Amino acid sequence: MPTPPPSVDDVLSGLRGRCGEFDTSTFRGQTRVVLPEPVAFEGLAWLKDQGFDLLVDVTCVDYLDYPGATHRYGLVYLLASTATNQRLTVRVFVDDPDPTVTSVVPLWAGANWLEREVWDLFGIRSVGHPDPRRLVMPEEFTAHPLRKDYPLQGRGERHNFPVITRDHS
Amino acid sequence: MSIATATVDTTGPETGARSEDYLWTLNFGPQHPATHTTLRLVLKLDGERVVDAMPEMGYLHSGFEKIGEHLTFNQYVTVTDRMNYISPMANNVAWHHAVETLLGIELTPRCTYIRTIIAELARISDHLLCNGAVGLDTGAFTFFLYGFYQREVIYDIFETLCGARFTNSYTRVGGLSQDFTPLVIEKIRTFLKTFPKTLDDMERLLTRNRIFVDRTKGVGVLSKAEAIAGSATGPVARASGVTRDLRKDEPYLAYADLDFNVCCATTGDCYARYLVRMQEMRESLKLVTQALENLPAGDINVGIDQRIARPTKEQVYSTIEGTISHFELSMANRGFEVPHEESYAAIEAPNGELGFYVVGDGNETAYRARCRPPSVLHFALFPQLIRGHTLSDVVAVLGSLNIIAAELDR
Repeated sequence: MPTPPPSVDDVLSGLRGRCGEFDTSTFRGQTRVVLPEPVAFEGLAWLKDQGFDLLVDVTCVDYLDYPGATHRYGLVYLLASTATNQRLTVRVFVDDPDPTVTSVVPLWAGANWLEREVWDLFGIRSVGHPDPRRLVMPEEFTAHPLRKDYPLQGRGERHNFPVITRDHS
Repeated sequence: MSIATATVDTTGPETGARSEDYLWTLNFGPQHPATHTTLRLVLKLDGERVVDAMPEMGYLHSGFEKIGEHLTFNQYVTVTDRMNYISPMANNVAWHHAVETLLGIELTPRCTYIRTIIAELARISDHLLCNGAVGLDTGAFTFFLYGFYQREVIYDIFETLCGARFTNSYTRVGGLSQDFTPLVIEKIRTFLKTFPKTLDDMERLLTRNRIFVDRTKGVGVLSKAEAIAGSATGPVARASGVTRDLRKDEPYLAYADLDFNVCCATTGDCYARYLVRMQEMRESLKLVTQALENLPAGDINVGIDQRIARPTKEQVYSTIEGTISHFELSMANRGFEVPHEESYAAIEAPNGELGFYVVGDGNETAYRARCRPPSVLHFALFPQLIRGHTLSDVVAVLGSLNIIAAELDR
């Protein structure tokens, strides 16, 4: 008989021992943990050692005009375990004027492009990222289009793009 | 543009500029027949040997996630069609699975079975194109045509079902746009009878073909540890020995009732990915057969009392609940209640884990509609797969990862 996997509650109490007190909530059977930004990397590293070895996604939500929100940006780290199939959502909240998080690329190589996308579309820097370029928007682009104060139609950036002629290409 | 020369990652041993003078840079894409879609690779070559590769994406970026914040849950399904357009039905199912998870809707048994059937047909059509394209790029043109002919049959089934061949937009919140008709069931039965023979033919054409095996075996090897670290999912991860399949691990729709196997390989090369996809088509056939023969009777949409799915015309004209529900759902300031919450739900799409992180803020439009596309994470793995192989292997590796640029860039 294989040993039963540790329950999510056991993992969370262990995480409290390392990262101090934090909020947890459950919705539709999904457990969410809100880690303070300074200890987020340490907490994620510990969770990885506890068996949450698959980083499913890194994304972000801009809570600019969301009712009842206390922070501007909420990063989402979706973790899963390939052995036990448990899932855990880790939230990290950051605010203007300098929203930064510690890069998790040292833990999961797959975070590389996901964090680049968060930088590109939300303007949240990942400190320690090995390749901090934009992912989907062109390098000349100046805005972060998935922020809520960016209009759906854009701000006309495309008109200012440099035109490459055949002589200069 | 200086990307090509300035930012290629050269973290190998001894990367002084002088020792690299003999390397040359090749731009592959964004418009190239073998990229199949709009993506770009900058390759650093030593003769024909690929020293490094830098994938570039974004040429097809259309702001799908931004659009998702301005379209209602039912309207946005048309945009999901255009993500992985090789298997749009799977995207439809994934999107409304995520929305229904947020809303906490329990689907009717008939709806779960129909969704299972169309998701599996979508898997077959996706794998046919992916494996067909790998064959095409490595020189097996006939194989590709065999696959494409069968895709046409699946398109025909979808057209009979919902009127659209390509952009189906078939699902709705809490149900489906159309029910199965006897003609659809007959066409699926015919497909189930004729397809195994074609699949046998395809396997005989390529699986033991010397040229194909030489081109794909041992090429683009992804180890199990690398697959997990790089967040690979779906056939790419399973070909590397990761036994993760959401259909078994987190059974959604009707998968808990049906009998099927998860197909895995251990070598992690292009050939293993081809084999896993070939075998998964047979498992999908098993699933479709079981689901079709056990298709429950009843409604396809959730009941009128839930005020989620549109009532039928008959209900609107003959019952007061139907009339009220129809008005409520049609009026701009009504619609249905959405919790101030957020949730993530994923399905096992043909390409891997396709999930949506949906944030609700009370109205019918998502506050945030994040799509977790498997292609992005697979494309990021490309440099480590191709290093050390030859230029002609680029198309084999690229094809076996099944990168769909529309899903990649969204």
